[in-house]
Amino acid sequence: MSGMANEAPAGDLRLVDLTKRFGIFTAVDELSLTVPQGSFFALLGASGCGKTTTLRMIAGLEEPTSGQVLLGDRDIARLRPYKRPVNTVFQSYALFPHLNIAENVAFGLRRRGIRRVEEQVHRMLALVQLDGYGRRRPAQLSGGQQQRVALARALINHPQVLLLDEPLGALDLKLRRQMQIELKRIQTEVGITFVHVTHDQEEAMTMADTVAVMNAGRIEQLGAPAELYEYPATAFVANFLGQSNLLAADAAGPAGSEVPVTAHGVRFSVPADRARADRGPVYLGVRPEKLHLVEAVDQVPAGHQHVEGVITDASYVGVSTQYLVRTGWGSELSAFTANSGVGGQHPVGAPVVAHWDPRHAFLLPREPGQDDRTTPLVDEPVGKPS
Amino acid sequence: MTALAQVSGGSGPARTPPPARPGRHRLLPYLLLLPGAAWLLVFFAVPLLQLAAASLYDPTGSLSTGYALTWAFGNYPEALQAYWPQFARSFGYAGAALVLALLMGYPLAYAIAQKAGRWKNLLLVCVVAPMFTSFLVRTLAWKTILSDNGALVGLLRDVHLLGPDGRLLATPVAVVLGLTYNFLPFLVLPLYASLERLDHRLLEAASDLYAGPLHAFRTVTLPLSMPGLIAGTLLFFIPATGDYINAELLGTPNEYMIGNVIDSAFLVRLDYPQGAALSFLLMAAILAVVFVYLRRAGTEEVL
Repeated sequence: MSGMANEAPAGDLRLVDLTKRFGIFTAVDELSLTVPQGSFFALLGASGCGKTTTLRMIAGLEEPTSGQVLLGDRDIARLRPYKRPVNTVFQSYALFPHLNIAENVAFGLRRRGIRRVEEQVHRMLALVQLDGYGRRRPAQLSGGQQQRVALARALINHPQVLLLDEPLGALDLKLRRQMQIELKRIQTEVGITFVHVTHDQEEAMTMADTVAVMNAGRIEQLGAPAELYEYPATAFVANFLGQSNLLAADAAGPAGSEVPVTAHGVRFSVPADRARADRGPVYLGVRPEKLHLVEAVDQVPAGHQHVEGVITDASYVGVSTQYLVRTGWGSELSAFTANSGVGGQHPVGAPVVAHWDPRHAFLLPREPGQDDRTTPLVDEPVGKPS
Repeated sequence: MTALAQVSGGSGPARTPPPARPGRHRLLPYLLLLPGAAWLLVFFAVPLLQLAAASLYDPTGSLSTGYALTWAFGNYPEALQAYWPQFARSFGYAGAALVLALLMGYPLAYAIAQKAGRWKNLLLVCVVAPMFTSFLVRTLAWKTILSDNGALVGLLRDVHLLGPDGRLLATPVAVVLGLTYNFLPFLVLPLYASLERLDHRLLEAASDLYAGPLHAFRTVTLPLSMPGLIAGTLLFFIPATGDYINAELLGTPNEYMIGNVIDSAFLVRLDYPQGAALSFLLMAAILAVVFVYLRRAGTEEVL
């Protein structure tokens, strides 16, 4: 029963058609993915998308309705949690309040019958920069320190996979940034596969090698952060990971290396290799920071495409200014201009021309009848707008 | 604590302190204590002293001839010598009842606290409901349950756990069962309170860290329920040891506990010095047991 954490054949973590239903509600819907050994993998999604349920099925705290959890070649989906070479850093930390920090960290080792734990505990506390805290109680530590104890308590067992369930959710912004860097450093150092669940897109992008965006129990898109951001696969991903201006358009199939589209009576085109859909109703998408604002049409660089409009809102946020531009047909586009000293400020009410390089635009499939989806000026990621 | 002190210390100079009314603020806690303290003084401390004095009265006195305080410390060894079997029986029965109550009460409290869901409140009411009737009535009911013609005895005879003439009533078993039943809620309620606060996520964490259900219980659930366990055990054991109703109604003089002896010393034999001495001996014995228990169980390493 003990000791298998170190002996089982190492390998990738693979979820195959993993499904979890609670009554009539399907929390995780035939999910399949592969997490390569040693990688930092993030499951990103809004609350209720099934990401925590997925994590709990890997940990063994939730039994799958169907499907497999493969570690290497072994299906661990039906093993009890205490028989899996997997450890979890819980969202609530779940430190044992009646044990001191050293005993908390040593818990897993003791359970596996390892007697001499002092040195390992000491090394692990040093790794998370908590030397000398061993005799304290969890309640005597700050949130950030407790989080690191939870991490040490899981890592000391050298699991094949470390699961992190929103581990930074309870920390304030500054500490969170610091812990993100710390976690990334530790992951590189120990080389264990990390599966990190979060609703914070920035956290997922800064830390993970691979991000899977989840929505309604399914994976919308999986890939490297830059890949997901620069060329999203669905409207959900385009708006969950950062913001996007999505214009309702219609395409009539590719013409050469371009896909011409018509949006609100205006013709645009997008390179064929940036089209997720090239026929019928599509979204023409441009990220707000890829939209540039000029005062007149003759200032638009050659090869760029443009839309004319009027500034309706300008928010100065230090590193950039975020504008809302009302187009001729009434939709509002958002545009971020870097506060780099190049280019002037645009007052509210001024007519402007928003232009972009077609190589930065993308085409996404659109349900017929859906109108423009342009996101409001908010910092938080936005779920599916109704 | 230190952080708090630093914070309030740090903000001190910046704020002008409110006009102090130190006298009133310092007195307030004592004023709040006053009613309870006065009650305890008049109805507990004074009678206790009175009882202590009575335990040292001249043993040859009587209610009709009057008692003299002769500092007769000999009352104690005499009482102990005469009634040590009842003392031993009290602790024996209460101990046996405690074991039974723990075996039933811990799983019960755990189930109500962690597994009952929306039935939680109803089950709690069920635990407390017997208390709505009188202690005497409940114990008399057990007399019927355990009677020789009752279904329980019949069943036990049929499965040969009891001989054909075997009985439960008027045996130590009946007294222990009565004690277990009557004091069970005092054990269950504090235990419930402790187990109800138990965060099930800690059990998940233990399970994630290779602890099987038994080990998770031993290393997480049990230590965290210790405050309730200690309180419940004491609330059960102390009144059970001093009880005399169960032995009186469900047993015979052969099952009499020390409570019965004290009862008869005061109310039947009218031997006040002996009754008082026995009361103090019981008190001392219970205090000794509780002290040893707390010293052992109160430490962190209960495992």
